[in-house]
Parts: sequence; structure tokens; C-alpha cells
Amino acid sequence: MNIVVTIKQTFDTEAKIALDGKGGIDASGVNLVINPYDEFAIEEALKLKEKFGGEVTVVSVGGDKIETSVRTALAMGCDKAVRVDDPALADADEWAVAEALAKAIAKLPYDIVLAGRIAVDDGSGQVAVRTADALGIPSVGSILKLDVDGDTATVTREIDGGTELIEVKLPAVLTAQKGLNEPRLPSMKGIMGAKKKEISVQTLADIGLSAADATPKMRAPKYSLPSPRKGGKVIPGEAADAARELARLLREEAKVI
Amino acid sequence: MNFELTEDHVMMRKMVRDFAEAEAAPGTEERDEKEEFPLELWKKCAELGLAGVTFPEEYEGVGADYISYAITVEELSRVDASLGVTISAHSSLCANPIYLFGNDEQKKKYLPDLATGRKMGAFGLTESMAGSDASGTRTTAVREGDEYVINGSKVFITNGYYADTYVITAQMDKSKGNKGIAAFILEKGTPGFGFGKKEKKMGIRASATYELVFENVRIPAANLLGQEGQGFKIAMTTLDYGRIGIASQALGIAQGAYEQALKYAQEREQFGKPISTLQAIQFKLADMATSIEAARLLVYQAAFIASEHKIPVSKYAAMAKVFAAETANRVATQAVQILGGYGYTRDYPVERMMRDAKITEIYEGTSEIQRVVIAANILKG
Repeated sequence: MNIVVTIKQTFDTEAKIALDGKGGIDASGVNLVINPYDEFAIEEALKLKEKFGGEVTVVSVGGDKIETSVRTALAMGCDKAVRVDDPALADADEWAVAEALAKAIAKLPYDIVLAGRIAVDDGSGQVAVRTADALGIPSVGSILKLDVDGDTATVTREIDGGTELIEVKLPAVLTAQKGLNEPRLPSMKGIMGAKKKEISVQTLADIGLSAADATPKMRAPKYSLPSPRKGGKVIPGEAADAARELARLLREEAKVI
Repeated sequence: MNFELTEDHVMMRKMVRDFAEAEAAPGTEERDEKEEFPLELWKKCAELGLAGVTFPEEYEGVGADYISYAITVEELSRVDASLGVTISAHSSLCANPIYLFGNDEQKKKYLPDLATGRKMGAFGLTESMAGSDASGTRTTAVREGDEYVINGSKVFITNGYYADTYVITAQMDKSKGNKGIAAFILEKGTPGFGFGKKEKKMGIRASATYELVFENVRIPAANLLGQEGQGFKIAMTTLDYGRIGIASQALGIAQGAYEQALKYAQEREQFGKPISTLQAIQFKLADMATSIEAARLLVYQAAFIASEHKIPVSKYAAMAKVFAAETANRVATQAVQILGGYGYTRDYPVERMMRDAKITEIYEGTSEIQRVVIAANILKG
């Protein structure tokens, strides 16, 4: 089975986000990790490989600094990687990233493509679905369980208030939701072995795109931080009186009830 | 000169830290309280390759360097020093002497099980009358045909009872003193080999510390490690490398205590502001951070020298160990001070860390013995 996993490098979820003064996000000193939802995708890919044999290829878009995340995926047990790196992708939007991923994946043999449901940084949730569209294959989002039998995947996905069982013909793009599995840590041997595995670095030209093909359609001119939390208010007095006053404040001042 | 860790080291640190925080940290205080050996965690460590970091792949080890090993023990000890020493004693004190002094047959027989952690190792040198002075060894070994017969006992044996494989020393010719000592590989379950008292300790309470008892234990002559009379040298070389493990453990304890103190100082408010804004606290934190960095450089330097095999590691391992151990004690004590009354309670981990730190100044050579080793090295010739 040829399995592809797409990953994105994101800030550590415990990172304190700061702005750089020009409306951008200051990434200095921040720990960079594999997007946690992508780790579920990697784990599921490795489980499929353990069950059916074959190879897991990691595909990602980004510069040198994402190499550590790609290498970590290899240390976890993925077999090889493709990293699409091109100056024209510096300000890539979701559409451009998906175009690049699709072109890179199209060059590989693939039976199934796994990705995270969403990236924890910008949270757009677009890239995997757009990649499926660009590849002309179906996609199923937020999966909690996956069974593969021949060319059919049976998938349990999360929907509001319950779950949905879906059958889909492969190849397809499936995005991983928390709960799909418990991602393994890379072992010491995995880490030592990762540097012997191939990371193929490809430019846009290598995957058959021009810089113009990847011109972003969207841009984010400004980021803002949430306004700092204001201090709490203590309502003194007897419980019944205080509760009445609380209800009044919630209705009249906070206007939440 | 390059002070940067490699990409592998960075990845290893993250992996061991993630593991330690997710799997070990939630139970550290409870295991300490109950003196409960971290057997399940040991198995998980083994699955991740942490039981055989420095041993070559031909023996199913990871084949990584001593810096990787130092990082492993440091990160485990940062959240649980008992788990750190379990790995350290197993790797440095049992697998390593077999790797360094074993013949091909012994290495093939014992190392794969130890390096993968299918079996746990321990080391028996100390006796009630033989601590810093190994010449007081009273455990005896007598050659009878193609067997050795061992009698006596060992005390304070880390991983005792739980370990499957033991490297022990015994006196074969008392008239020769240290030169009469031999080292042997002993398997749990050998008739006559039993366990005595389990020590109740001040710190590293989750680590198992047992007495080993030998009553006419007959082992095959093939289990002699090195040559007869070489036991003292084997033990001293083993400790030279082992000190890197204990230095790393001390470093991890210091780092853990410092992080607790730093976090607390930023949260705890007195006089209407966080205590981290008070210079008295700031100076403590600055001193703690500085001494930890210095200790880390010494520990990684010793680890680097152990990997390169170009110069003897003895002096550098002793320097790393004494400095890191004293740093751990100072830092953990200051961490308790910064947390004040809360730091003295078992509701916060610094109380345990202060207790755990003390042993690093005692085992695998006291701080005084480290100075003896260092002085002997710098004054020789």
C-alpha cells in the first residue's frame, strides 16, 4: 500500500504568540513542531503500513526550517519524504500550498492520502480538502476510525452530536481528528535511522508548476492578539442577593443573558 | 568548537521529554510516596530504545553517542530521578562493563537482551565493609572445576531484585588486596542467589535498592568477566563511565527544580507583585540558571570525551559528577527556599527533588572521592 501523509510545521501549542510590530507574527524563539493533527495522520499511516505493508511518504511544503519536522516524521517510521521548497511559495496561501502538495503527490504512487483535520496555527482547514480537489479524488474530513479493505475505506467521522459511517473508494484524502489514535513517539533507533532516509527537495519547476501558478489569491495583511483579559469582579453580600446582582450584571452590563 | 547539539540530539531530547512528561510525570510523586519501582515505565523506556543508547547496533543497541545517553538520563531525571537512575545503573553499570570487558561470547549472550531492555541490569560492588575502599571486599569467589562458587553479600544495589543480570565483584585472593578481586556475571534465579533488605531511603524512593545475598552460588567459569584479578580495574572503569550517568541525573534534577522555582516565582504574588520582581529572588534564579549551564557544559564535555575515546574520561567524568551533584543540591535547596512553605510540603515536587538530589553526592563515588580522583589525575606524573 502506498500511503502519503501531508504535514505542516506549526508553533508548539504552548508557545506564547507575539506580534512583530509590522502586523506579522514573531516566530523567534518559538518551538516548532509537527501540527498535532498531522501526528494522528502519521500514526494512522504507520498503522496501515504495519497492516498492509508498503511505504509511507511524507509530503510537506516549506523551507529548511521544516526539515526538523519532516525528519521527526521519518524518525516515527515514515519511509521517505518530499519537501517542496521554492521562494515563490514564501507567502503561499492555502490554495497555493494545496496546488503544490497535489502536484508533488501526483508524481508518487498513492493509494491513500492522510492529513490532519486542521492546523493548530491558522486553523483554516482548507489545505487537505483543496489537495483532494486538485487531485480529483474524494475527501473525508475529521475521521475517528479507519478500516481499509481492498480499494474501499470505511471511515467513521465526527459530525455534530454523533458520528457518521462513510464508505469511500480509494484513493481518497482522509483528515485525522483527535481520537483517531495515539501517536507514537519516535524511538531512539528511529531517530538514528531517520538521517539515512531520503528527503527529496523539489522546486515548483520540479513538480511542474511555475511561480505564476503559485501566486497566492489571498493575503493576511494583519494579525491581532485577543484583547487582554480584564480583571474579575467579586460580588459581595449574602448568596441570594449576590446571585441576583450577578444576574443583573450579566443581563445589563455584560449583556450575555 | 561548536556548542550546538546535533539535530539528532534535539530530536532525542524532545522525544525523551515528551515521554517523561506524558508517561512519568503524572505518577512521580505517588511512586515516591509509595516507594514503588517504575517497572511499567522501564518497559516503555525499553520500547523507545532508552535502555541501550550507547551500545552498537550489532548488539541491538541504538548505536548513539554518550551525549545522547546524557540527554536521556537528564530528561528522565528532570521529572523522575528514580527512573533516571534505573536507566543509568542498568546501562552504565551492567551493560557497559560487559560491553567493555566481556568476551565475544559474553557480549553475544548478554548485550542484546540488556541493550533492548528485555532484561534489566544491576551492579554489585559495594559491601557493608567495602564502600569507597573496594579492598574491603569480603564476598569471595573460589574456582572449583569449571565453576566459581560465590559467598557473601552486597549492599545498596540499585535495581536489585528487579534486575535479571548482575555484574558483581568478589575477592579471590585476600593477600593481593584490590588485585585479588574478580568480576562476574550473575543471573537472577541462580540457586543460592537471593535478596536481603530493601533500603528505605531519603530520596529516589521509587528506585529499588536491595541487598544481594550469595550462599554457595555456583556459576559457570564462562561468567568470569575479564580476568581473575581484573575486577577492581573493571569496577573503576565502569564507575568512570557511570559517573556520566549520575552527573546527567543530577543535571536533570537541577533543571527540574529550577523550572519549578522559575514558574512559581512568576506566579506567586507578595507585596502586590510577583516575587520574581524581587531582586532577592532574581539573584537566586540567576545563580541557579548559571550553575546549571556550567554543569551541563561539564556533563556534555565528559560525554563527548567518552564517545571520542581519545583521552581518558576519568578526570572529566569526576569533575562533571561532583559539579553537577553539588549544583543539584544547591539548586534544589534554593528551589525549596523560593517556594517557601509550599516548597517544604509534598504538594510541590521541589521537596522530593531536594531529597533526590542528595544521593548524587553519594553514590558511584562520593563528592569527596570525585575530588580524590580529580586530584590523582592532575597530580600524577
